[in-house]
Amino acid sequence: MRVHEHPILGQSEPESISIYFDGKPIPAVEGEPIAAALIAAGVRVLRHTEKSGRGRGIFCGIGRCNDCKMIVDGVPNTRTCVTPAHDGMRVETQYGLGRGSCHE
Amino acid sequence: MNKAQIAVIGAGPAGLSAALEAARAGAQVTVIDENRKPGGQLFKQIHKFFGSRQHQAGTRGFAIGQGLLRDCEELGVSVQLGYPALGIFPDGRVVFNTAQGVRSLFAQRIILATGANENNLYFEGSDLPGVMTAGAAQTMINEHRVLPGQRVLMVGTGNVGLIISYQLLQAGAEVVALVEAAPQIGGYAVHASKLRRAGVPIYTSRTIHRAIGEKTVEGVELVALNEHFQPVPGTGEILCADTVCMAVGLSPMVELAALAGCQMTHIPALGGTIPLHDKNLCTTNPMVYVAGDIAGVEEASTAIEEGRLAGIAAARSLGLGDDGRQQAVQERLLALRSGEFGAKRQQAKEDILRTFKEAMA
Repeated sequence: MRVHEHPILGQSEPESISIYFDGKPIPAVEGEPIAAALIAAGVRVLRHTEKSGRGRGIFCGIGRCNDCKMIVDGVPNTRTCVTPAHDGMRVETQYGLGRGSCHE
Repeated sequence: MNKAQIAVIGAGPAGLSAALEAARAGAQVTVIDENRKPGGQLFKQIHKFFGSRQHQAGTRGFAIGQGLLRDCEELGVSVQLGYPALGIFPDGRVVFNTAQGVRSLFAQRIILATGANENNLYFEGSDLPGVMTAGAAQTMINEHRVLPGQRVLMVGTGNVGLIISYQLLQAGAEVVALVEAAPQIGGYAVHASKLRRAGVPIYTSRTIHRAIGEKTVEGVELVALNEHFQPVPGTGEILCADTVCMAVGLSPMVELAALAGCQMTHIPALGGTIPLHDKNLCTTNPMVYVAGDIAGVEEASTAIEEGRLAGIAAARSLGLGDDGRQQAVQERLLALRSGEFGAKRQQAKEDILRTFKEAMA
């Protein structure tokens, strides 16, 4: 859920782009972290761990803990809490260490 | 940007203040920060600051941050963003990552203003999506303007827990309760009162026993604690909540100081392991200064003053600027570390000074 009206911060920026979460389009604000757009769309499980397969969501929100890693445009282990969203980005739930292509 | 007289690592309140003072003294300063935006945690602080007028009491954190950035720009401080520092070599080389690969910056003095990491707790279900640090929730509501949950349990009642709980209310969430393992609230009464006036219960001698939920948090079980912080059998109570925020302290981020060979000390009252430093924030490595939470977890106001002091002192050690400013800053720091809450931190800081002198003797 977005905080559109805020008593101190005023109005928030409107959503102007779309990103794709597991193939489904969701609205986003250009440049906001991918994780913020997902949270706004009600997505809480971002990845499943390698060992137990349990779901994980955002934890630190500032790029330290790596719990928000997802596959972004084919690149696994992308920290979605510090990676800006751009129009048309493909974001996938990551299972274990990720199945996408590696960094070149 | 491969050379600087003074390199500052971290563009939060301490780092920007250090850069400003060093630049004012005539030093050529480069600040690097891993984040895409400067300001550290200041821009998430939407509450009015406390203290005296000289500490900008009554001004909201983000306005203080805007002022620091404006001053940096006017003084020609180079602020380089998106560059995580990777290490420091004995010759003063700071190595950092960029999109184009690893780069170096040679500096005569390095001021570390890396801040602190949030602590966490382990309990059943603490890995469920919906369990997060209080700082994560604050970042989401105040910076990115999204609510990480609707019904929040806050664990910890230091100022971080109290202030972020109130900010969650301002963002439209419901805070179902705050729990505090100690028998009394940790933070300022004025923050706790605002929550109580809003009808939010604050339970002391109580903590979270487990987070309940299949895929994400759906509820929490609280438990009462005895005077030895042990759970009291039969006191379990289940609340409906979709989010658990942990505000259970911070630990200084000292990795770069350790790489630079700075000697450490352990001071629980200031967050744990801290680089030893003198009254001007110089570490046991004379090229390296520290300021802000890395020098002991306190508040943004003290981080700003420590940054100023480190900036002035680092410039002075290169023969730049004048001594006159140092004492005024030290006096303001003393004022910030007075009173019921400040005295303990002042004592801990004096312990660091004493240990520093012993280490250098």
